[in-house]
This record gives sequence, structure tokens and C-alpha cells, in this order.
Amino acid sequence: MNIIVCVKETPLAESEVIISKDEKSVDRDALTLGINEWDKYALEEAIRIKEEHGGSVTVIYAGQSEDVLWESLAMGADEAVRIDTETSFDGRSTARVLADVIKNRDHDLILTGLMSSDTGNAQVGVLIASILGIPYATIVTDVRVENGKVVVERELEGGTGERLELEMPCLLTIQSGINEPRYVSIMGIKRAKRKEIEVLSADKLDEYASLVRLYRPPVSLAEMIEGSPSDVAEKLVEIFKERGLI
Amino acid sequence: MKKILVVAEHRKGEIRPVTFEMLNLSSSIPGETTCVILGKDIGGMAEEISKKADRVIMVQHDSLENFNSELYWVALEEIIKEENPDIIALGHTAMGMELAPFISERIDAPLATDIVKIEEVNGKIHVHKYVFSNKILAELELRDSDTYVITIRQGEFKEEIDDKNGEIEERSFTPPGSISKRFIEYVEPEEVGVDISKADIIVSVGRGIEDEGNIELAEELAEALNGVVAGSRPVIDSGWLPKERQVGISGKTVKPKLYLALGISGAFQHIVGMKDSELIIAINRDPEAPIFQVAHYGVVGDIFDVVPELIERLKKG
Repeated sequence: MNIIVCVKETPLAESEVIISKDEKSVDRDALTLGINEWDKYALEEAIRIKEEHGGSVTVIYAGQSEDVLWESLAMGADEAVRIDTETSFDGRSTARVLADVIKNRDHDLILTGLMSSDTGNAQVGVLIASILGIPYATIVTDVRVENGKVVVERELEGGTGERLELEMPCLLTIQSGINEPRYVSIMGIKRAKRKEIEVLSADKLDEYASLVRLYRPPVSLAEMIEGSPSDVAEKLVEIFKERGLI
Repeated sequence: MKKILVVAEHRKGEIRPVTFEMLNLSSSIPGETTCVILGKDIGGMAEEISKKADRVIMVQHDSLENFNSELYWVALEEIIKEENPDIIALGHTAMGMELAPFISERIDAPLATDIVKIEEVNGKIHVHKYVFSNKILAELELRDSDTYVITIRQGEFKEEIDDKNGEIEERSFTPPGSISKRFIEYVEPEEVGVDISKADIIVSVGRGIEDEGNIELAEELAEALNGVVAGSRPVIDSGWLPKERQVGISGKTVKPKLYLALGISGAFQHIVGMKDSELIIAINRDPEAPIFQVAHYGVVGDIFDVVPELIERLKKG
């Protein structure tokens, strides 16, 4: 079972987002970056499937940093590939670059995160599958490989799910919470750095969507309560009383 | 006038509200709406949709009973070719996320997902969407194309349009000989413990609770307020609270008298599930947390400082 996992480097949810003067980018120095949360679940799932069924896990990343690849290798990926290019808000060009590399490699299963926290698109996985012409399923919360087929559970709205069966090779976009990603130590990452990262180049593609500007949402209407924790608690109790909640 | 093709969303015999929100798009982009509904025994739903659409195209077949992107595409391909719409709209939902990127790739159309606004600027289509964990917005320009594919964020296109009473046309459908993706069954959640959707007071915890051991703090506060504890996705994902306690799109929708959000950043998937609460109070260390966009009162601070003080005061009465 050869499994390919696409990963991306994104800011952690708690990162401070500062928009640059030209409104075209955010200040990277203010961001704490790491493997995109959903991709981490996808990688963990791939490693678990490999541990059960054998085979290999190859991680592919399009971008400039190698940190996410070292971390992926430390988690248990066998091979790491970096495509030397910049990605943007346009999911299409990212998907084309990734699909171009994937199509030349053996793959029974491709896993991606459901979405990335920076663009919030949830496009790239399905686009890759569409380019490659293979079946796919999104928002996957359970994967079982049985007799050359994959049975998955997809998350729908309101707590409901659905079970689907797919032929292989196929692509799955993984929802958070599907597993508990393993912890990676600093030592583990150090050891991983003895492995090699394959670096490939890619042509710059035309974009289907280009950024006009970044901007802040309208100012919050919430009344902010300030003061010491004790002042805040006092004010909150007052509000509860006024509203007849206590 | 643009031609807007809306793909209706329904599940288990019920139209999903996002369908009508998509039909409201004609108030953002002046246009004529054609709503395609695919399924089995959908005559009643088609009638209901026709009140708000200029036209309805209905395709009925046993194989279309449950959503399957492969079969939907077979039915839609023909319709898209005939209609040649300017915009194809789906919801940014379990269905739209599965289908929209596929359509856009097959017809080589620009794709914009999870949008909250669409407009025409100097003849170009511009869309707006939240990026960077919902903290800021991006305005994107889509490249010139005969057709654009979009998915809309639920709850954002609320400006209702006048009744239309469009005609319903029926089209035939022949399923393909073989398919590579099969629907097996729905998986329903197990209902055991507390039903949070019935609670008047909810103390809800997010990533900021940091550790399973700290759930106790929320429980203590909930007890002092005579409420229940719920959580946002990261807390459920970590297994610190059972799935039935999840508030949001993939969990429960709640409208309590008090929703106290502790360390919840406020992803839109969460906000959709709690924004109609009567009183929302959010405590979060991050002053940029999107939860403050929907809260009535906000506290920028550490829940581990504020909550113990609050419990103490409530216990004193």
C-alpha cells in the first residue's frame, strides 16, 4: 500500500495576524507556523494504515520551508518531497502542481487535510482527484481498507454521517479528530534530519483567482469588560443577575 | 443579467436552508436563477423551491436518492452544457465541498469556496471570504470565464428575494453502467447523556481549556450556574468531551439564555451553532478571536484567572 500525503505549512490558530501595508500579505514573522492541523490528522491516518497493511508513506509539500517535512518524517513518513514553488489563495494552481508530481508516483491512496487554516478553501484535495480522474471522498472521519476497497465515513451536518465505499486508488480529505496524531520530540526531528528531502521544481501557473486585498472584519459589537479577574467576575455576576439567570 | 444555476441541497426528504440562501444570490448579482434538484420523490420539494426560483429543473431517479458526487455529475454535466450558466452555486457544506471543486475542474472554471460576498467590479467577478482561521477577510478577483463555480457560507446570504413561482421542468436521467463510489448508509449519532440543545445555560469550552483535567473547572462553573458543559470541535476531537456535547455545524445547534464561551476562538462552523443564543459572553486570551464578533460581552483574559473568581462569587451568592 503506497500512500501519498499532501501537507502544508500554516499558522497556528492562535497566531497574531498582521496585514501588511499594501494589503496583499500578512507579516510572517508574527506567525507561529506548523503542519496544517488537518494535514497532521491525514498524515497520522496514513501512518496507521501503513502500520496495519504495510507499504510506504510519502509526504509531498509545495512551498519554501522544509520544517513541515522534517516533522512529517519524524512522525513516521518514509519519504519527503518538496516542490519548490509558492502557493497562493488559488487552490487550482496548488492542486495542479501537486497532481503533476503525484501522477508519476505509485499510489494506492492519497490523503490530504480537509482544508488549510490559511486559505480556508477546502479545494485542493478534490481538485487533485479530479485532475487524476480517481474517486474521492471529503470530510472523512473513519477509514477502513478492505479487500482492495476503501470504506469511509464522511461527516455531514448535525451530527449525522454517511458510509461510502470507494475503489482504489482514491483520494480522501481528512477531518480533524479522526485520530490522535502522535507526539514528535525535538530529538525525533533531529534524527529525521538525517534523511533526505527530494526537491523538485515547478513551473509558475496562471491563477484562476488573484488576491485584491486583505482586510479586517467589521469591528466587534461586543461590549468589552475590562479590569482585574475579580472586577470581571463581579461584572459578570451583575449581568447574570440583571438577566435573571441566577 | 447573469444566469445563476443553483444546485439544491436536501437530505432525507428535507430541503436544506442553504438552498434558499443560494437563491438569494440574485440580490447580490442581478440575475435569473435556475435551481436544479436531483433525487427520488422530490416533487414536493421542487414545488417549494419553485416559489423562490425563476426556473426549476427536476431530475428524478432511484439512484439519485442519496447524494453521490459521481452520479450528480452525470446528471449535471448535460444540464450545465445546455444552460451555459454564468455562475454555478453550491453550499459550502458536506455536499458542496464534495461536488463544487470537481465541477470546476471538469468545465475548467474558476472556483471560489466558502464565500460571504460576491460582486461585479468593472466587469470582473470579485468574491470575499474569511481566511487565516476566520480572523481576516480576503477579496479575490476571479479570472475571466464563461462560467464560475462558487460555494457560499451558510447564514451569510439572508437578504430574501420576492416570490417568483418559477416553472418546473423535468429531465430524464440514465445512470452510468459502473460507478467507483457507492453510498452505503447513513450513520446516526448515539444519543445517551445530556441534550445540550435543551439547556438554558451552557458553559462551552474550546481549545483554550488546554487540557482534559481543566474540564472540571468548566463543570464546576456550570454547576454553580445550573447549566451544562458543551464544547467546540478541538475539545471533542481531543476526546475531552463526548461528541453529543459538540456545538456547531457538525454537532448541535443551541439557543440557550446564556452561552458562556471559554477559550473558544469561534470558527464559523462553531458560530453557526450558537449565534442565536440570547446572551453570549466570551472569554479569550486572543483579542482577535472571531468569537468576539458575535458575543454581546467580551473579556480579553485568561479563563484560568477569571473562572475561579467567578465560581467563588457565584457560590457566595
